[in-house]
Amino acid sequence: MRIVFEKRKTLSRKAIFLVPLASFLISLLLTAMLLAIFNANPFITFAAMFKGAFGSWSNFTETLVKAIPLMLTGLGVLIAFRLKFWNIGAEGQLAFGGIAATWVALFWSPFLPSWMVLPAAIMIGMLAGAFWAGIPALLKVRLKVDEVLTTLMLNYVAILFAEHLYYGPWRDPKGFGFPGTPPFPEFAWLPRIAGRAHLGLIFALVLAVLIWFMFKRTRWGFELEVIGNNPSTAQTQGIKIAANIFMALLLAGALSGLAGVCEVTGISRRLQQGLTIGYGYTAIIVAWLAQLNPIAAIFVAVLIAALLVGGDQVQMMMKLPAAMGLVLQGMLLFPMLAGSLFTEYKLRIIRSKTAGPLSLARDN
Amino acid sequence: MTELIASLLAITLRAGTSLIYATIGEIYTERSGILNLGVEGMMLMSAVTSFATVYYTANLFLAILVAMLVGGTLAGIHAFLSVSMRANQVVSGLSITLFGSGMASFLGQRLGPQSNSGYLVGLVGSKFEPIAIPLFSNLPVIGAVFKQDILTYFVYLLLPLAWFYLYRTRNGLNLRAVGENPQTADAMGINVAKVRYIYTILGGMLVGIGGAHLSLSYAPGWTENITGGRGWIVIALVIFSMWNPARAVWGAILFGGINAVQFRLQASGTTIPASYLNMLPYLATISVLVVLTWWETLSKRVGAPSALAKSYMREEK
Repeated sequence: MRIVFEKRKTLSRKAIFLVPLASFLISLLLTAMLLAIFNANPFITFAAMFKGAFGSWSNFTETLVKAIPLMLTGLGVLIAFRLKFWNIGAEGQLAFGGIAATWVALFWSPFLPSWMVLPAAIMIGMLAGAFWAGIPALLKVRLKVDEVLTTLMLNYVAILFAEHLYYGPWRDPKGFGFPGTPPFPEFAWLPRIAGRAHLGLIFALVLAVLIWFMFKRTRWGFELEVIGNNPSTAQTQGIKIAANIFMALLLAGALSGLAGVCEVTGISRRLQQGLTIGYGYTAIIVAWLAQLNPIAAIFVAVLIAALLVGGDQVQMMMKLPAAMGLVLQGMLLFPMLAGSLFTEYKLRIIRSKTAGPLSLARDN
Repeated sequence: MTELIASLLAITLRAGTSLIYATIGEIYTERSGILNLGVEGMMLMSAVTSFATVYYTANLFLAILVAMLVGGTLAGIHAFLSVSMRANQVVSGLSITLFGSGMASFLGQRLGPQSNSGYLVGLVGSKFEPIAIPLFSNLPVIGAVFKQDILTYFVYLLLPLAWFYLYRTRNGLNLRAVGENPQTADAMGINVAKVRYIYTILGGMLVGIGGAHLSLSYAPGWTENITGGRGWIVIALVIFSMWNPARAVWGAILFGGINAVQFRLQASGTTIPASYLNMLPYLATISVLVVLTWWETLSKRVGAPSALAKSYMREEK
């Protein structure tokens, strides 16, 4: 008797739904074990997390506050991942978008009518994000430079650049040494819709639907799917691979840039420390858990945001380190990755003797 | 001038040691066809656990063993996911890094003594001391080479050994075959999955030593994010060395050297803002990558193992 994996002709619909669910349950179990090792009652901890994230209207809006950048960067990451372009750079693209929006909000107001400052900040911020993703995309399609490393290295560069600005030339002279720029003028604030949750939520929802539509119903989306799934077919069909990857990455960068714009204009209303707290990396988890589906990404982003907000609550109430959030994310990914096998393959147990001695001897 | 070179050399060697261990480890892993982006998380985890070991037992040897065990275990998870479960290696490696850095920071606030309310930060434990080799350590300029800790001396041995094993032994040949062409290797009777497990875990153990060198010698003690992105620079160094362990030394010297120059510039009170200096290693990595890839395509050299990051399944032949 031996167990073999058979590649499925199409992805299993049941598995696409069941694997994330089972992964989530397994990760809760793993986390519970970890908590128990460190003498924290897992049930009380999970209950506290849930209450922290959804327990009241204001808690829920705080969950949304964290979900918005995750939705936008998650969308950016999943577009790139669908093309097998491993964009690890959402964090830097977000930072660069935030920097550019700050530049507009602080220095363009003398030259623009005030109602135009916010739209300009959004535009320039998205362009900046696109630019920051465009560099590795161009290096990849023109020179075949590995994108994992370039996107990642550019994160550090963008973050250090932001630090340089709010510690140095852009620092608020009236800020009592606080690392941050002066506050933006009021007309550069992104309107808030509930609690601190801002208009970025609407942007993210609309964009998710648009991107879903693009992949499902448009010629460009179809071409991108072909490039991602089967580059050689794309080649024979005359699809311009390099140009398409480059364009898609500009779009991906613009989305992450928008996340940065929303953070500085909607939440902090200035550029300050704490802009880059890992949304861009968490976005990879969002995209992966959503199985690269833009609509699913919205819900996954809320779930992960709930883990983050709940984690903060737990930190305050139960004195657990905030890094618990990162550990949880890892725990969520491991079973998910292991489970991805079952969406692409099915298990078959062979009992017959026809396998013969040869295949027995060569069994791995 | 000679004094300047001597001090640069000393800093370079100290900063380069952990990079060389981790780079050789990752080279072996990637040679088997497995891309492990978890190096950063593995280094952090082994740094924190080895420091905790030294703090409680004062046994440096045991601390290195713990670091190897921790690095090997995390690499083992990656091997399980990418070899047995055929998961996406990029995402799997990233989750090792996420989990590792979170867990390291968590442990850093839990493994410490009650008196320090569980924190490891700010504690002092024993560390690897430099051992001067008589006569040689007094040589001008290169004296620093003979005034290092035992882990650095071991690097001098490891470099040629790692090269010899990969290029001059039967096992090394099998390893390269698995990374280049798993189908053929399989047909030759090599157990592809086993080889990938072995070298992913072995690579993880070496990465673990690299992490331990940080908390036991380079910057003794535990601080949050003690690696400062070194795990990612290691990934770049592997490409820089073109998967040849002997060349790992040049990359490490280059990046160790950038560290050293940074140190000098900051000490001499230059007016270049610190953030720009801190960007140097990352910009250098990108430039090195671009130049290398460009040069590689020009000369059509075989660089990366052909089957890197591709899972292998016999039924798909």
